[in-house]
Amino acid sequence: MSKAILYDATLCIGCKQCEQGCAEENKLPYDDKIAAEAVQSEHKFTCVVTQEDKFMRRLCMHCEKPACASVCPVGALHKTKEGPVAYDVWKCIGCRYCMVACPFSQPKYEWGALNPRVRKCIMCPNRLAAGKQTACAEICPTGATKFGERDDLVREAKKRIADNPANYLPRVYGLEEVGGTSVLLLSSVEPAAFGYPTSAKLGETPMPEYTGRVMEKIPDFIPVWTLVLGGIYWISHRREEVAAVEGREKRNGGAQ
Amino acid sequence: MKIKLTFWRVVFAVIMVLGLYSSYVRYFHGLGAVSNMTDQFPWGLWIGFDCLCGVMLAAGGFCMVGAVYLFNVESLHDVVKPAVLTAFLGYLLFIVGLLFDLGRPWFIWHQMIYMNPHSVMFEVGFCVMFYTTVLFFEFLPNVFERFHFQVGIKWVKKIYPILIVLGILLSTLHQSSLGSLYLIMPSKLHPFWYTPALPFLFFGSAVAVGLAMTIFESTQSAKALGRQLELSVLVRLGGALLVALWVNALIRFEDFYHRGVLGQIVRPSYEAYFLWLELALAFVLPIAMLSFKRVRLSPGGLYLAAVISLLGFVTNRLNISLIGFETYVGHHYVPKWTEFMVTLMIIALGFALFRLAVEYLPIFPEHKEAATEAAAVAPVFAKSAVMSHAND
Repeated sequence: MSKAILYDATLCIGCKQCEQGCAEENKLPYDDKIAAEAVQSEHKFTCVVTQEDKFMRRLCMHCEKPACASVCPVGALHKTKEGPVAYDVWKCIGCRYCMVACPFSQPKYEWGALNPRVRKCIMCPNRLAAGKQTACAEICPTGATKFGERDDLVREAKKRIADNPANYLPRVYGLEEVGGTSVLLLSSVEPAAFGYPTSAKLGETPMPEYTGRVMEKIPDFIPVWTLVLGGIYWISHRREEVAAVEGREKRNGGAQ
Repeated sequence: MKIKLTFWRVVFAVIMVLGLYSSYVRYFHGLGAVSNMTDQFPWGLWIGFDCLCGVMLAAGGFCMVGAVYLFNVESLHDVVKPAVLTAFLGYLLFIVGLLFDLGRPWFIWHQMIYMNPHSVMFEVGFCVMFYTTVLFFEFLPNVFERFHFQVGIKWVKKIYPILIVLGILLSTLHQSSLGSLYLIMPSKLHPFWYTPALPFLFFGSAVAVGLAMTIFESTQSAKALGRQLELSVLVRLGGALLVALWVNALIRFEDFYHRGVLGQIVRPSYEAYFLWLELALAFVLPIAMLSFKRVRLSPGGLYLAAVISLLGFVTNRLNISLIGFETYVGHHYVPKWTEFMVTLMIIALGFALFRLAVEYLPIFPEHKEAATEAAAVAPVFAKSAVMSHAND
């Protein structure tokens, strides 16, 4: 069973305690100045975005089939069966393909560091291993951020919409987007208003499939193309030999 | 020894000094200090130009090797060696560029042990690694010849068929895979440039650029070495380039048509201007020029058409890697001057190494052409003589 986070924007009061809890858990700096920053960065894995009187959290979506993990040439990023998309910094070569490929633009980079790391929410692996919930879910005073089994949270999200359809958009963001994510969003306003890509733009195809369609042909392509190239080489050089022999015979014949 | 000061040598020195300063900033103050790359624009000029364009501009190697050794186009024989040299230098410099761009270049060897076969980047990395090795062996006979190491030449000749087939196979794979890198970003890359056909377009443009680059580099080096170039070779390359450009243009049109973006393309927009520039330089101008026989038969005309199409394809790859992301990101990316200097330094190094190589290695056929030709023909005749005697 895989873990997930359900964020219900209608319950959020914008207290930013999730930001603080996240910073503490990941040993990141946190003060009033950082709290005022409305964007994610190398030192801010999650961020509460405010639009008028509405709030929305941003964090790594922990896709079921993550683009970042599929593009990483050294497999530093990988989806664990517990749910989180983890990052092995010691493997990373710093190509930043994950950052370009992520449809939610979640991985951030330590641009000022001399041995830079990719930074993003990794769903508190130490807490999960100890059977605890994520720091953001534990600290949330209103239950807007809830941690649990993905299946349970999906059921709960649908129930909340059914019980109170006037309060919510009919769609659970993250249920189907890019093949499903381990972070699910409920809100009364389109997540796109807070910088999320629209569901229409994302589609329901897992991102790795776009490259997979081409990559899966390569194991067949290599032997076939090698044979074709080798064949052409053989034919054109065989022709050369034959031509040389025939040329000689003709010349001999002419002389006799 | 006295070094004469010429214009280009001064330019070279200035570029090197500023490039070295930029390298210092890169390795002692980090990527953030040296570049305008950000979390929104994690790939900048170094990926867009040094990597995507660098590999494309080195395509002449596999194109000429393919034409001469695979399809027996004997008349192009003289341009194989310079084309292989350009390719070899191109790939070496591509790796140098990568060492600047990677955040942790000291772990580049992780590629060989922590392999993720699902990653296009992994495939490109491996192909480039192997192909650079192949190019090294294809280039090696020049060095052997210079030092009269006949055994070495014989040894490389023995594995030549393998090198040729392997080289073209690897080139097909990674030239197209550079396009596949962008397949995973349908929601980010602008629809003018995002297409499932990206791998095909990248391979097609690599072939056209390979031909154009061969025209460019052989004209350029002939000028530098003060020798006359065989016009028939250039004319042949020009004809092939015209065909390659037409094929590329048609695939491009087909792609626009099938994805239904033709209507969008003709309407003015920020992206459309860049697309028009790209299409004009890569297709319209050079195809128009090469359609005139007068241009196709003049070295100057061929050179100009080749250079314009090269600029067009470079624009194409910069559009895909930089311009195509600006709408998604919401702001522009303009490389910092230090980014430009690193790129310029790498290009300058390429020119300098090429110049050194053609000066000290037997890259271009010497005046003793007749002698080598006789030597090459002799064994064939000897062999056929034996064979025909066997038939008797």
